[in-house]
Amino acid sequence: MDQSSKTQKIDEEINLKGKICPYTFIESMLALEEMKVGEVLRIIVDYPPAVCDVPASLKNEGYEVLDVSAVNDTDWAILVKNKELEE
Amino acid sequence: MKFSEEQIHRYSRQMILPGVGGKGQRKLTEAKVFIMGAGGLGSPAALYLAAAGVGTIGLADSDRVEIHNLQRQILHRTCDIGLPKVESGKKTLESLNPEVKVQIYPERVTSANIREIIKDYDLVLDGSDNFPTRFLVNDACYFEKKTLISGAILRFEGQLSTFKPHANGPCYRCLFPEPPPPGHVPSCQEAGILGAVAGIIGLFQANEALKEILGIGKSMAGRFLACDALELSFHEFKIEKNPHCLLCGENPTITELIDYTQTCPGPVV
Repeated sequence: MDQSSKTQKIDEEINLKGKICPYTFIESMLALEEMKVGEVLRIIVDYPPAVCDVPASLKNEGYEVLDVSAVNDTDWAILVKNKELEE
Repeated sequence: MKFSEEQIHRYSRQMILPGVGGKGQRKLTEAKVFIMGAGGLGSPAALYLAAAGVGTIGLADSDRVEIHNLQRQILHRTCDIGLPKVESGKKTLESLNPEVKVQIYPERVTSANIREIIKDYDLVLDGSDNFPTRFLVNDACYFEKKTLISGAILRFEGQLSTFKPHANGPCYRCLFPEPPPPGHVPSCQEAGILGAVAGIIGLFQANEALKEILGIGKSMAGRFLACDALELSFHEFKIEKNPHCLLCGENPTITELIDYTQTCPGPVV
C-alpha cells in the first residue's frame, strides 16, 4: 500500500479498475455525494488518462484532492476530501 | 436512489456538467413536466426532455397523426398516420428512453379538466396551436401556481418566454390580455411554418425546462425572446408584471377558467 494511504484516514474506497473516463469521474462524484462533508474517499483506477483527468475534474468541481500515487504497476490511488454540496 | 451502470452511461455527458452531477440527474428523474400539444413544439421538447431523463412527461393532444404533420412534428412517423398523437408520441419517447414514464391525455383539454391534469406536474410547456388553449393553459397555470414555459411560432418567426406570476413575474395575459379578434392572425393554411423553426423554439422550451428543474442559469421569466429565423436574428425584451392584468393584476376580473371558442386558428404548431 502506498505511503499516503497509511497515514491518511480513509472513510470510503471505490475500485474503478477496468473503468474508463468519464465514468471514473462520474462514479467518484456519485460516491462523494453519498458521503459526509470532510470525509475522505480513496479511488482506485487503472485507466492511465484517469490518473490525470479524475483529479482535475474533481478539483474543477471544488473537491480537495489530497494525493495521487501509484499503488503498483497498474493501479493508482486518488485521495479526495468531500466538500459541502451547494444547493 | 442509486444510479445503475446503464443510467450512468446513458446520462454521463450531462452528469459531468457543472451544476448537474448525480444531484441534478436525480432532480431530472424526479421531475414531472406536462406538455400541451404533441405537435411542432411539443415534439422536439418532449424528445429532448425524455432523452435527458425527465422522469415523468405528460402529453396532451386530442388530434390524430396526419401526413401534413410530419414535416415538423418529429414525435411521429409515417407509419403512425391515423394514430392518436399522444399514443404515437408515447411510443416514440419510450423507445428513446424506456425509463421515462409517459402519461397521456387524449381527451380535449378544457376548463373542466385542465387544473386536475396539471396539478401534479412541476412545470408546464405550452406547445398549443390555438389561442383558446393558449389562454386556458396560462390561466390554469396561474391558478395552480405552475411555471409555464411558453413557445409560439408562425411562418419563419418564433417567440419564447417563461411565466411565473406566482414568483412575481408576469403572466401571458400581462402581455396579451385577450385572444386576438377573428381574422387578426392568419390561419395555418394561410401562414405556414418552416419545420425547423418549430424545432428551434421547441428546443428552447426544453432547454428552459431543464434549467428550471436543475436550478441553473438565468430564467426566461420576465424576459421575452422573439426570433426571426430568416434573418436569424434574436430580440430580447424585458417584460414586467402588469398591475392592470385581468388575471394576475391588482384587481383581477378573471377569477375562473374561460373556454374561448376557436374563432380563428392560432399559431401553427
